[in-house]
Amino acid sequence: MQFDATQLIPVLPEISLLTLACLVLLVDLFIREEQRIASYVITQVGLLVTVAVTLAVASSETQILFDGSYIRDPMSDLLKVGVLLVTFISFLYAKDYLIQRDLFKGEFYTLGLFAVLGMTVMISANSFLTIYLGLELLALCLYALVAFNRDSPEGAEAGMKYFVLGALASGMLLYGISMIYGTTGTLQFDELAKVVSKGDMNEIVMIFGIVFLVIGLAFKLGAVPFHMWVPDVYHGAPTAVVAFLASAPKIAAFALAMRLLVDGLAELNGGWQGWQGMLIILAVLSMGVGNLIAIAQTNIKRMLAYSTISHVGFIMLGILAGTKEGYTAAMFYTLVYALMSAGAFGIIIALSRKGFEAENLDDMKGLNQRNPWFAGMMLLLMFSMAGVPPTVGFFAKLFVLDAVVSVDLTWLALVGVAFSIIGAFYYIRVVKLIYFDQPEDETPLSIGVDTQVMLSINGLSMLVLGLFPAGLLSLCAAAIGS
Amino acid sequence: MIALSDYLILGAILFAISVAGIFINRKNVIVLLMCVELMLLAVNINFVAFSHFLQDTAGQVFVFFILTVAAAEAAIGLAILVVLFRSKRSINVEDMDALKG
Repeated sequence: MQFDATQLIPVLPEISLLTLACLVLLVDLFIREEQRIASYVITQVGLLVTVAVTLAVASSETQILFDGSYIRDPMSDLLKVGVLLVTFISFLYAKDYLIQRDLFKGEFYTLGLFAVLGMTVMISANSFLTIYLGLELLALCLYALVAFNRDSPEGAEAGMKYFVLGALASGMLLYGISMIYGTTGTLQFDELAKVVSKGDMNEIVMIFGIVFLVIGLAFKLGAVPFHMWVPDVYHGAPTAVVAFLASAPKIAAFALAMRLLVDGLAELNGGWQGWQGMLIILAVLSMGVGNLIAIAQTNIKRMLAYSTISHVGFIMLGILAGTKEGYTAAMFYTLVYALMSAGAFGIIIALSRKGFEAENLDDMKGLNQRNPWFAGMMLLLMFSMAGVPPTVGFFAKLFVLDAVVSVDLTWLALVGVAFSIIGAFYYIRVVKLIYFDQPEDETPLSIGVDTQVMLSINGLSMLVLGLFPAGLLSLCAAAIGS
Repeated sequence: MIALSDYLILGAILFAISVAGIFINRKNVIVLLMCVELMLLAVNINFVAFSHFLQDTAGQVFVFFILTVAAAEAAIGLAILVVLFRSKRSINVEDMDALKG
């Protein structure tokens, strides 16, 4: 096929990110230690430029390029903007933390940007090959980031555990892909969907492939029983890295699930033999185990890790509904969750300072007396995670449950509600510690102005989006195409 | 003539050995890295076999990419291993027990 330069236009967000990552890598070589802030500024400006580029190439039609390996559709536009903005927010929170701990290196931004590039490639993948390459680019950067603090034994251990389990997940995913390729003879999602609808394949091999595919996906999402790495990674990695790792990659993981299961295999979701049944099991286990074990945690990073697992269960509920309404709800949930998660870790970063890591629940005690405004922001974020109206977390849960009920899985919605009531306990316990306990540590918080502004925007957005959820919801609905 | 199923059985056996190796091995982290490599190679056998019997080259192209990614993965894995050894003075799997709960 003839190469056509106009094909490069829809890929501009990726080109921009790649240029940016290489630029940061080069600039960082030539600047002195005290000018390191330049890498940060270039990264942040570049991310905003990439958002603008993504919006510029966005349109309501779908384009499939490069012999069918790349797709640009409304869903990819919205998810890319989400990933870029959440990355921007988490890098902003990370800056002070890194400076205080002598971790303020250009590598953080280079690795972070290549991870973002991996996420955008995953979001825009239209074949198994593209999605695998995007996934690995993301995963390899994250392994390195988790072990970023070379003097921390916990960081190295978390990195090693993440690496082994992540590689295992990739292997499972690839094995599933090889089976599906073998029985359908194609790697492209749109052609796969055609073959599946004709039924031109060996059922047993197909189911075998889907099982491995779903296992790999569950590993990457952190769903129970493939969740073992999540708490260890959140606990061991530097908090600044966790703020990034817990937010933007969740959006990419949602895209991974949508591309693999919905774009290619949507017709195979029915009944317990299709992927719907597998996701039901994973979702119920994730919501249950995540919420129950989170109660027993004393380390706030571990607690938020188990909370992630339970939120992943909720996202899966939306996907397994198998309707456009369900996908919209899951997308809304994912975007909101990424924002909540970045904010919660932002507060934890703000509570830490040089030589002190706010890691335990007790470090939250009496935050209201130390700083009432950020205590209020943490209250909003925790209420949103628990799903208390009028914060946006309530609507995210409501839309997902509504989608599940409308496909006659009412029992599943009831299970979801029951577990989120159990889960509300540990979120509200944090609020109790903030407002009704005496502080053990009276040191005033020292937060930079930029972080203060961003944390305030992030906290208040929970309330604003909760009062006016229609805007984001209609964006999600347009992205799914309903 | 070797049938497609023979290749797939070989791939499945190698895959099973590598997964078992990851879960059973309690001694050495380097063995874990070897298991990860073996797992990717098992998948490669599947891809090459399918590609040959389907008369479709896409599978073989996929194999090249997997090999490249496997090399990058080994580099990152060994780098993390060096960091781990520097801080813990051990690469025993059983010593990786600081994080739990």
